[in-house]
Amino acid sequence: MSSFQRGQCIQGKWESISRRDFFGVAAAWSAATSMGLALIGLVKFPIPALFPDIARLFKIGKPGDYPVGTEKIFEEKKVVVIRDQEGLYAISLTCTHLGCVVSRQANRFDCPCHGSKFDSIGRVLSGPAPKALPWLKVFQLPDGKLVVNAARSVPTGTKFVVT
Amino acid sequence: MSFRDFLHNLASLPKTFRDSFVRHGRPTTDRTRSQMVMSNVFLHIHSTRIHRYTLRKTFTFGLGIIAAASFFILLVTGVLLMIYYKPSVALAYDSIKDIQFIAPGGRLIRNIHRWATNVMIVSVLFHMARVFYTAAYKETRSFNWLIGIVLFVLTLGLSFTGYLLPWDQLAYWAITIGSNIAASPRELTDLLGITPYFDPGGLMKTLILGSEEIGQEALIRFFWLHCMVLPLALVLFLSAHFWRVRKDGGLSRPDNISPEELEGIEQDEDANSAFDKAPQKTYGLMCLVRGTSPAVGRGPQDTVPSWPTLFVAETALFMLTLAIVCILAYFFNAPLKEIANAAVPENPAKAPWYFLGLQELVSYSAFMGGVGIPSITLLGLALIPYLDREKQSLGHWFDNSQGRYVATASLVYATCVTVAMLVFTVKFGWLRNWFPHISQLVILLINPGTVLVALFAFWSLRYMIKFDSTRIAAIGLFTCFIVSFVILTYFATIHRGPNWGFYWMPSQWPVH
Ligand code: HEM
Ligand code: FES
Repeated sequence: MSSFQRGQCIQGKWESISRRDFFGVAAAWSAATSMGLALIGLVKFPIPALFPDIARLFKIGKPGDYPVGTEKIFEEKKVVVIRDQEGLYAISLTCTHLGCVVSRQANRFDCPCHGSKFDSIGRVLSGPAPKALPWLKVFQLPDGKLVVNAARSVPTGTKFVVT
Repeated sequence: MSFRDFLHNLASLPKTFRDSFVRHGRPTTDRTRSQMVMSNVFLHIHSTRIHRYTLRKTFTFGLGIIAAASFFILLVTGVLLMIYYKPSVALAYDSIKDIQFIAPGGRLIRNIHRWATNVMIVSVLFHMARVFYTAAYKETRSFNWLIGIVLFVLTLGLSFTGYLLPWDQLAYWAITIGSNIAASPRELTDLLGITPYFDPGGLMKTLILGSEEIGQEALIRFFWLHCMVLPLALVLFLSAHFWRVRKDGGLSRPDNISPEELEGIEQDEDANSAFDKAPQKTYGLMCLVRGTSPAVGRGPQDTVPSWPTLFVAETALFMLTLAIVCILAYFFNAPLKEIANAAVPENPAKAPWYFLGLQELVSYSAFMGGVGIPSITLLGLALIPYLDREKQSLGHWFDNSQGRYVATASLVYATCVTVAMLVFTVKFGWLRNWFPHISQLVILLINPGTVLVALFAFWSLRYMIKFDSTRIAAIGLFTCFIVSFVILTYFATIHRGPNWGFYWMPSQWPVH
């Protein structure tokens, strides 16, 4: 067809490719590769380096604010903090299906969006939610204040023992 | 002397200006009519002559033009809305209120923008169906079908990104659900226990939102996509789409067209006598290469000049679209709820109606409904022209009586199966209601959505074997998917209420 022909494999034998064509093909592929790599580099640009919107670590007061039987909902953080005989624990209120906020019922959490239901410690009862509401890490600062880390989940049933 | 020239030039200004604009004179002969199209950069995306079959109203129903017209209306009104709109969490909602209630004509412009979106979605869907059912995706046109799929995805992307911009409750919670659908591959990676190392869902979500939550970053990204990237991409692909229609030999048409089919359509007597024998095609040196071009060996029989017939038809369709949109916009306001509140979900939180079919599937399994089935569907659509390569006559709705039969049978089958599945799920629930501890993997694989897809695939495969035809199988499958999509969309729009529960009518929703 034209002078720009590539080496071909004909019946198991390689037709040789001229030096000129070889350099031509090599140049074309290097141009394509470098543009491709540059593109991959650029795709990293929109991945945020930090999340500015909300503080994932927040103080919830002192243990004294939570006598046994207390239950406090932090609306903005979408977390409920509960104190029972054995200790203190925090459950995320973000539905594990598609992120709506579940609402507290008598002994359940219900999601308004597609009807998932969770029991009082967050395990799925029905609906499309694929997993339980995560329990969040609770710890105490040296000055005695309690902190919830919403970015770290702990196994269901892990309670912070108030001393 | 020169003063007289000057006066003379001044007097003939209108004429000389017109002659400089259109150098070849008025379009009164076939020659100047062709030049009208050829010498204008905007018109020359049309060919100078078109086949009379192309003008049959019941062939295309003008759907592609209506889609293009509504897109044009969206561009104009969108650019206007940008004068007042402010993509900031603190200001967005108020700026929409300003547009709706204060800016002169703002209500109408915002409403037109909203209604033209709906018209565009509907006409694009119908256009795709017409291209499919008239077999217009075959042979030279396969690649244009692919461009069409890209346009379809871009159209949906535009409407999805636009939905967040008013920053009201409706917007906020629909996009919450939408962005978490992007993260739903986690359902699968969680099951495999590899999410901490490999998390494509999470990556997709952070790319869309620029954060883990919907906030300022997300709003700016949606604004950027909606007002810059996607419209630009759509214009580019649309240009390629139109150009290909021309380069693929004009619209598809049957090999043998009966005179009745062309009755009542403008004709050009000269075209039938111009070439008795097939002419050589000789319009340009770049064509003096080996190989065929679509029109070689055919004379201009049964063609008419594009100017004015085609342009009159296109203008009429544009005016029709504009009229429909304006009337709707005058009477029905675009929705605007309370300002977005991240603590209280809208109940029910519904996406725009054309995504509600998907939302119904998502309420069975987030990953399958939101990612799995849509990907399979798009891939299937894209591959149609490459998997069904049967030679056939193009340009007839449903091909022939066999095609009509299969389409009707599939319509009935898909209606029954989909309705039965919905009734069953509403009445009896699904696996988790019967076996509370069942593994998520089972639900992911076996849910009402995947069962429907399997039933449709089976139906189509049966046709392929029975009629020994890939085209027939394609008609069966395409019909099933379209019918099911329509039913699911209707069902989720009308019969799903608070907590995604079933209600016969929205008026029965409990007040809250
Ligand atoms: C933004 C959306 C779109 C616009 C504005 C558009 C516009 C058009 C127009 C004006 C035509 C000329 C014929 C007619 O009016 O029917 C056309 C033809 C065509 N379109 Fe589209 N289109 C769009 C999306 C699609 C989609 C989603 C598909 C399919 C997946 C598609 C596939 C085709 C094909 C294959 C043809 C050639 C048909 C033939 O030769 O008969 N287009 N399009
Ligand atoms: S978001 Fe909770 S059920 Fe869908």
